[in-house]
Amino acid sequence: MSHVRYIDRTREYYLGQGYEKPYEWATFDDVPFTSLTKPLAECRVGLVSTSDIAIRAADGGRDRRHEDRVGNVYSLPSDTDPALYFSRQEHYDQVATTLDDTDSYFPITRLHELVEQGRIGSLADRSHGVYTAYSHRKTTETDAPEVLARCRADGVDVAVLTPV
Amino acid sequence: MSLVARHLEANGIPTVVFGAARDIVENCGVPRFAFVDYPLGNPCGRPFDPAEQHAVLAMGLELLETATEPRTTVAAPMVWSEDTRWKELIFTEDQPFLEGEAYDNWIARKQKTRVQNEGSSS
Repeated sequence: MSHVRYIDRTREYYLGQGYEKPYEWATFDDVPFTSLTKPLAECRVGLVSTSDIAIRAADGGRDRRHEDRVGNVYSLPSDTDPALYFSRQEHYDQVATTLDDTDSYFPITRLHELVEQGRIGSLADRSHGVYTAYSHRKTTETDAPEVLARCRADGVDVAVLTPV
Repeated sequence: MSLVARHLEANGIPTVVFGAARDIVENCGVPRFAFVDYPLGNPCGRPFDPAEQHAVLAMGLELLETATEPRTTVAAPMVWSEDTRWKELIFTEDQPFLEGEAYDNWIARKQKTRVQNEGSSS
């Protein structure tokens, strides 16, 4: 069976829920492209995620001490104990699966292992989270430039992006 | 997610997007897309299966090395289950996407965002 057509499915679903104006998904004719200029084994990899990934505090809440949030962008130290990552994101298939294993959508443990194996050069000191905004303009004009600035500050050569 | 990838790429940082919503990502258009045909929630491989997660990541890293033009998609060979009802049920009347507390939270966040946007535009 072929993949789910989420654009069609959600349009019908929300019309059925009483919403009159369907969400306008972003679409472009032109797509940028930058070639890799050195081997991955020499590259610093940055992880960027819209999965609402967070660090659990001792009291069970969210540890925001290192997030440095600007707009919808925040950061997490890459040397965080993997057991402390969690997500309260709700926009996933809650019947078919779970978000209990954060590496299934925020693969930082796997990336650390790939550094050890020499497949990638290094992992940036921070990963970056982005809260998805309803407004494409806000994402494009405010949040994406903030992610770029942080990746540049971290010396990122290539970026891995993951939703849930 | 796709918009951020496009911005990084346009400014000199090669990107690879992992995802399960193929039509949404390809409709937007990204440089490199590693597609996993799984329910929304596990675009980097099956939960608690590090070997499979490595296989998915390897596919994406290889895409970084081999793609020569934008809109290059590779599809992972993994199958979530023989039973494909999850594909038929998501976002249908038979399986509301958000229920109960999750739905209430979503509505509350939408309202909060609306108030913030109205405040900033006035």
